[in-house]
Amino acid sequence: MNIVIIDYGSGNLHSAHKAFERVVRDQDLRMTVTLSSDADVVRKADRVVLPGVGAFADCRRGLDAVAGMHEVLDEVVHKQGRPFLGICVGMQLLASYGREYETSQGLGWIPGEVVKIEPDDPALKIPHMGWNTLHNAHPHALLDGIPTGAAGWNAYFVHSYHLKAEHPSDVLATTDYGQPITAIVGRDNIVGTQFHPEKSQKLGLAFIANFLRWQP
Amino acid sequence: MLKVRVIPCLDVKDGRVVKGVQFLELRDAGDPVESAIAYDAAGADELCFLDITASHEDRGTLIDVVTRTAEACFMPLTVGGGVRTLDDIRTLLLAGADKVSIMTAAVHDRSLVSRAAEKFGGQCIVVAIDAKKVSQAHEPDRWEIFTHGGRKPTGLDAIAYAREVTELGAGELLLTSMDRDGTKVGYDVALTRAIADAVHVPVIASGGVGSLQHMVEGIRDGHASAVLAASIFHFGTYTINEAKQALADAGLPVRMDA
Repeated sequence: MNIVIIDYGSGNLHSAHKAFERVVRDQDLRMTVTLSSDADVVRKADRVVLPGVGAFADCRRGLDAVAGMHEVLDEVVHKQGRPFLGICVGMQLLASYGREYETSQGLGWIPGEVVKIEPDDPALKIPHMGWNTLHNAHPHALLDGIPTGAAGWNAYFVHSYHLKAEHPSDVLATTDYGQPITAIVGRDNIVGTQFHPEKSQKLGLAFIANFLRWQP
Repeated sequence: MLKVRVIPCLDVKDGRVVKGVQFLELRDAGDPVESAIAYDAAGADELCFLDITASHEDRGTLIDVVTRTAEACFMPLTVGGGVRTLDDIRTLLLAGADKVSIMTAAVHDRSLVSRAAEKFGGQCIVVAIDAKKVSQAHEPDRWEIFTHGGRKPTGLDAIAYAREVTELGAGELLLTSMDRDGTKVGYDVALTRAIADAVHVPVIASGGVGSLQHMVEGIRDGHASAVLAASIFHFGTYTINEAKQALADAGLPVRMDA
């Protein structure tokens, strides 16, 4: 089984790559983890991971710059239903639109838009940076064995924009930052996390393990 | 609720930890990667490497250290020291740093902050501020930015500078009181609070921590989002967990599940 992490020039994929490899090794899974910017490699992937760091519009442009990638993603993930995980801006790209600096189109798989976090309380700093818990989680295979709620485990967030989903059913978990902030979205074979599983120590490695075993 | 962060900082020179981490039973106390793994296991919320290698040409060892740390530790890593150009930042990010801290280069050329934030996203650009009190006892508090380990004044007002670099896109400030650095008498709480209240981004308090109560003061009274410390952790005066417990006892939110 082959896991492909899409490399489209969006920041550092080293940590994500190593975190997935670590889980594969620890859990004795018969999988390979590949970084690739080749649409044909993604077409043959059994599971697809879309990371992303930086600004929404930049990431969108980066994805569009890879020949055939958008079409292949649509085919593999949307039509063939292979498990897909978006991370950070890779999660935000699932939305219909991003409004960071300029309005740009997302993949539109999770209807909604990505807007700036605007806390009422001026003491709440932006970016929302650091460790926070997951709340109001819908039961989901990717959260198996991961305690949620105020006394639950923490995930590492660093972002100034967040995904506001049109359908509450697409929000698998939120985190609290003066208001509920979307932490995990999901629909069918697609999930996305605003936090960084590859930087979230125990929670992150458990989440990645669940993703690798997930049979949507 | 967002947790306050406890961040051990390792001074790295020519790829080795300066003075070494002495509280842990490490095979090699001078190996930054081994220290990073130990702090990861001890529940640190982030790690910070400060490179104090004299020569810019010898930075290859730092890149190697960052690469190996990112392979072994799945937690956020900030790297600073001697960062001068967009290329320096790119190299560190590609090696596995999550955030890169810039100091002197930002003092000399503020556009580096905006160019870096535009290129890599402000969330990964930390501006390190070394400040010293320059006001007299009877005057209102005033702090100035210093470079070269606190030896060289710049004439820049610390609060105005903090505002300026965050407006240019810095996503976080690493604030060190050069009056307090190494003294163990506590953070400069007035400075920390003046800066934290002046900007919309998180501020990391640094310089002068000698007790757990100092950490509580840095967050509760200084309004910092995170506390950074070096020797009290490296020499085993306190563990990361003791620091977190002290913060929790003061009613501050901490991550105890690590």
